[in-house]
Amino acid sequence: MKKLINDPEQVVNESIEGFAAAHRDQVTAHFDPTWVVRNDAPVPGKVGIVSGGGSGHEPLHAGFIGPGMLDAACPGEVFTSPVPDQMQPATKAVDGGAGVLHIVKNYTGDVANFEMAAELAEAEGTRVRSVVIDDDVAVQDSSFTAGRRGVGGTVLAEKILGAAADKGYDLDQCADLLERVNNQVRSMGMALTPCTVPQAGEPTFELEEHEMEIGIGIHGEPGRERMPLESADAITQRLVNAVVEDLPFRRGDEVLLFVNGMGATPLMELYIVYRAAERLLADHGITVVRNLVGDYITSLEMAGASVTLLKMDDELTQLWDAPVKTPGLRWGM
Amino acid sequence: MPIDAAVVTAAVRSCADVIAEHRHELTKLDSAIGDADHGTNLHRGFQAALVRLPDPGDALPADVLKAVSMALVSKVGGASGPLYGTAFLRAAGAVDGAEHLDASQVADALAAALAGVQQRGKAELGDKTIVDALSPAVDAARASVDAGGGAREALRAAADAAAEGAEATIPLVARKGRASYLGERSAGHKDPGATSTTLLIQTLAEQEGCEA
Ligand SMILES: Nc1ncnc2c1ncn2[C@@H]1O[C@H](COP(=O)(O)OP(=O)(O)O)[C@@H](O)[C@H]1O
Ligand SMILES: [Mg+2]
Repeated sequence: MKKLINDPEQVVNESIEGFAAAHRDQVTAHFDPTWVVRNDAPVPGKVGIVSGGGSGHEPLHAGFIGPGMLDAACPGEVFTSPVPDQMQPATKAVDGGAGVLHIVKNYTGDVANFEMAAELAEAEGTRVRSVVIDDDVAVQDSSFTAGRRGVGGTVLAEKILGAAADKGYDLDQCADLLERVNNQVRSMGMALTPCTVPQAGEPTFELEEHEMEIGIGIHGEPGRERMPLESADAITQRLVNAVVEDLPFRRGDEVLLFVNGMGATPLMELYIVYRAAERLLADHGITVVRNLVGDYITSLEMAGASVTLLKMDDELTQLWDAPVKTPGLRWGM
Repeated sequence: MPIDAAVVTAAVRSCADVIAEHRHELTKLDSAIGDADHGTNLHRGFQAALVRLPDPGDALPADVLKAVSMALVSKVGGASGPLYGTAFLRAAGAVDGAEHLDASQVADALAAALAGVQQRGKAELGDKTIVDALSPAVDAARASVDAGGGAREALRAAADAAAEGAEATIPLVARKGRASYLGERSAGHKDPGATSTTLLIQTLAEQEGCEA
């Protein structure tokens, strides 16, 4: 294992200490239990937006704390969901009297821990609504299984919900909007290389020079299928087609196209994927009206990319364009 | 020796040792079909439990189990944190008020733990989870007690059944937890949670003092 770390046991703490120091004008970090909150929380009268999940996906989630996005985030251990002890103080701290929305990625651990935290917060008098994001088309959906994973769509959901809360949406309106976003966003990812969880010390899987994994999530896990490596255009076609066919996105639709890097793929390559994706969508008669390209929801040092499409309308476009000021995403202010 | 708070406390310490010893193996199983953290997660939880154990002098077995539950819920995270945390909490509930546990109460505690895991996780037998080890263990313990066996025999029967159940997860396609994301590719690997459940029950079965 070759990593820029001091101690595998301390990666999350030391990274958050550094993050909080770098952005001390905007956020404050609490430790043991660990949670990060914007300095001006709670914002009176505004719905508080809290998210959280395992670490190793930076800038998600703590990097999205700030005006126009999240109020607090709870980082778990690497790839491990946080615990109720973290979510409870975070939830309480951002309740400005309008209740708190939990944005939860669909993993058994995240759902169960957020569920317990919501029960505890409600018992203490904070209204909580939770919505689970499950946008990964690589996983077959079924009521008999754990269902689909929450991946790239989470970033878009956090931005849009942050804007909605700023605009004065109440808690139920926020929850309804989040459900609507989740219903019209889909993602698919692929890996060129595995990644190594610091405490595990070894890559989570082996991949030969000429191989790739299709249908990966964001936890270094192998994907649905291993296959021979292809060109960027061919890989993009696989990802885009799977996403388009799933919703399905139709001729005439307007979308936000999000090309996300898994951590070790250069922006240069992500733009090659973006180029191919936009052209493919044009062939499908789908117009890209907004986009996002870069590393926003990563899987440590995994190389690879994911493609996310969100079907847009006037409301979503306005919320997307609204000002946002976070360490990881910033425009308009 | 009756199974009192001191014996339960000693059992928790043994469990922490066993998890520490097997954590890399559990994490390795989890890298094949999960995200390479199961051993690390449980180890963190049991180490936290050691710190929170009440003084067995003025505690009941249920207090010890409750302390373990709280430590697991607040330190483990992931799927296994709330699941094992709920298991220990329900086991505590099943033996609430008892100063020492007889064989039947040991079987009850295991059954309550299973009910808790299933309520939180909604997994059925054959989904390739903790349930695949715990459920046969509960049945075996109950059968052993019904046949007049003591706690040691019940726990040994439970441990054997759990081991068999965990082994039987190998060919299964996972329907719950992270392994389900792999679909067919999850077959051919032993489930990490079923394996850790087996380790824990085997440890109880070998625990000094579990004779009642
Ligand atoms: N719904 C469920 N019911 C019972 N056990 C489950 C469920 N989901 C996952 N598990 C168990 O949890 C284990 C994984 O635990 P762990 O790796 O600690 O959590 P995570 O999957 O969140 O990384 C799996 O091997 C499986 O046995
Ligand atoms: Mg795991």
